[in-house]
Amino acid sequence: MTTRGLRRHLTSGFMTGLVALLSFLAVVSLLLILGDLVAKGASSLDWNFFTQNPVPAGQSGGGVANAIVGTLIIVGLAALIGLPVGIGTGLYLAEYGSGRLGWVVRFVADVMNGTPSIVIGIFAWTWLVRPWHFSALAGAVSLAILMVPMIARTTEEMVRLVPHSLREAALALGYPRWRTSLRIVARTALAGIVTGCLVGVARIAGETAPLLFTALGNLNFSTSILQPMQTLSLQIFTYATGPFDEWHRLAWAAALVLMGLVLLLGVAARWAIRQRDGTAR
Amino acid sequence: MAPPADARLRLETLRLTALYGRRGVVKDVSILFPAHTVTAVIGPSGCGKSTFLRCLNRMHELSEGGWVTGRVLLDDADIYDDGVDPVQLRRRIGMVFQRPTPFPTMSIYDNVAAGLRVNGHGGRRELDAAVERALRQAALWDETKDRLRHSALALSGGQQQRLCIARALAPQPEVLLLDEPTASLDPAGTQRIEELCHELKRLYTIVIVTHNMQQAARVSDYTAFFYLGDLIEVGRTETLFTRPTQERTEAYITGRFG
Repeated sequence: MTTRGLRRHLTSGFMTGLVALLSFLAVVSLLLILGDLVAKGASSLDWNFFTQNPVPAGQSGGGVANAIVGTLIIVGLAALIGLPVGIGTGLYLAEYGSGRLGWVVRFVADVMNGTPSIVIGIFAWTWLVRPWHFSALAGAVSLAILMVPMIARTTEEMVRLVPHSLREAALALGYPRWRTSLRIVARTALAGIVTGCLVGVARIAGETAPLLFTALGNLNFSTSILQPMQTLSLQIFTYATGPFDEWHRLAWAAALVLMGLVLLLGVAARWAIRQRDGTAR
Repeated sequence: MAPPADARLRLETLRLTALYGRRGVVKDVSILFPAHTVTAVIGPSGCGKSTFLRCLNRMHELSEGGWVTGRVLLDDADIYDDGVDPVQLRRRIGMVFQRPTPFPTMSIYDNVAAGLRVNGHGGRRELDAAVERALRQAALWDETKDRLRHSALALSGGQQQRLCIARALAPQPEVLLLDEPTASLDPAGTQRIEELCHELKRLYTIVIVTHNMQQAARVSDYTAFFYLGDLIEVGRTETLFTRPTQERTEAYITGRFG
C-alpha cells in the first residue's frame, strides 16, 4: 500500500470511528434518561397511580389520574386546533408560497419557532385568561400556537420532497390545482406529514411553561375545558420542586408515564401509516 | 404540407411562439396535425421541442414565466381563447412524460381511473369497463388484470410507462401527446411503446417528441424538425428522412451535428 493509500485508509477509519462514537453518545444519553426514569419511577407505578387523584401533602398513596386525563384532553385539543392550521399553512407555503405573502408567512413561522414557549404562554394569558379565567382551553390554545409553526415548516419540507413530475402528471390529466395539491401531492407526502405532526404533538406534550399560567393545574379530577386542569408536566413540576420524598417519587413516575405516552403515540402513528400503505386502493 | 384528402384536421398551430419571460424558446411555429396520424417532433436538446408540446395542452403556462402568443386550434377552436378552461382542455388532450409518473399512493386500478374520477364518472361498472379498456389499449391488461389492487410502484419501468399511457387514454382524449416516452426505457419497453403508437393512431391523433431519429422514422407519418426554437422543416416522414429540403435537416439526420 502506498503512503497516500495508507493515509486515506487511516483517515477513513478515523472518521468512521468518530461518527460512530458521536451517534453512540446520542443513543447512550437517551438510554440513560430512559433508564433513570425506569429505575426511579417504575417502582411507584401501580393501579392506584393511574386511577387515584393526588392526596394532600404528607399523606402517602394517591395517583395522577387527573393529570393523565388532563394531558390527553389538553394535548388532544391543542392538536385539534393546531394540526389543521399547521398542515394547511405548510401546504400553502409549499404549493403557493413563492410570492411575497409566502415569504412573510415563512418568516413569521421561523420567528415563532424560535420564540420561547413562555412568551406564547403570556400571550395566551393576556387574551384568554385575563378576560375570563384560567382554563384548559387557554392552555390548549397556547400549545396549539406553539405547534403551528413547527407543523407548518415540516409539512412544507415534506410536500416539497414530492417530485414536480407528479404534479405535472396530475395537472395534465385535468386535475384542478387544488385537487392536485390535496389528492396527489399531500397524499404522497402523507407519511412525512404524519411523522412531522407526531414530533410536534410529542414536543408540546411535555411543555410546562405556557401551561403554568393558562391551564394552571388542578388538584381534583376535571374534564371541563373551561376550568383549570392538571397535566402531567405541571404535576411533575409541582412534585419535583416540592419538599417531600413521596412527591419526588411520584414525579419520577409521572415523568415515566409522560415518556410512555409520547412513545405510544409514535408507535401508533407508524402502525397507522403502514396499515394505509399496505392496503392501497 | 398537404394532409390526405380524407383526413380530418384535428390540431393545428398558427404562428405559435412560446416564451419564458422575454426569452422565446419556440418561435413562430405553424404545423398541421391531421387526425389519426402520428407526428414526430425531433431536434437536438434545447431546441424547444418539449416546450412546443407543452403548449398544445396549455402546460407551458404553468411553468414559471411561461406564456405564448399565436394560436393553437383544436377542431378549429383556439384553445387559448378566453372562454377555454385549461383544466377542461387537458381532459381532451392526454399527455405522457419522459419518466413514468404513476401516482405512488394509488393502486394500478386507481391510477387508470384517476382521470375519470376527477371528471366525475362515478359509476362502478362504468369505471371498471373504462379501466379495462384503457389497460387493453395500452397493452397492459394481461399483465395486470390479476393485481389491479396492487401498488402501481410494483410494476417495472416499462410497465409503469404503459400504465401512464393507459391513465392518459382512460378519459378518452382526442389527442395524445408523448414527451420522449421511451427515454428511460430499455429496448424491449421501447419497442412495445412504439408498437402502441401504431395501434393507437386508429383512435387518436398523436404527437411524439423524441431525440431518437430512428424512432421518429419508425413510428411517425409526419416529422417536424426543430432547431434553436425554429421549425426548420416539416413533412411526410419518409420524405423528410430521404429527401430533406433544408440543409440543416440533412445535416442533423445524417448525424453531422446535434
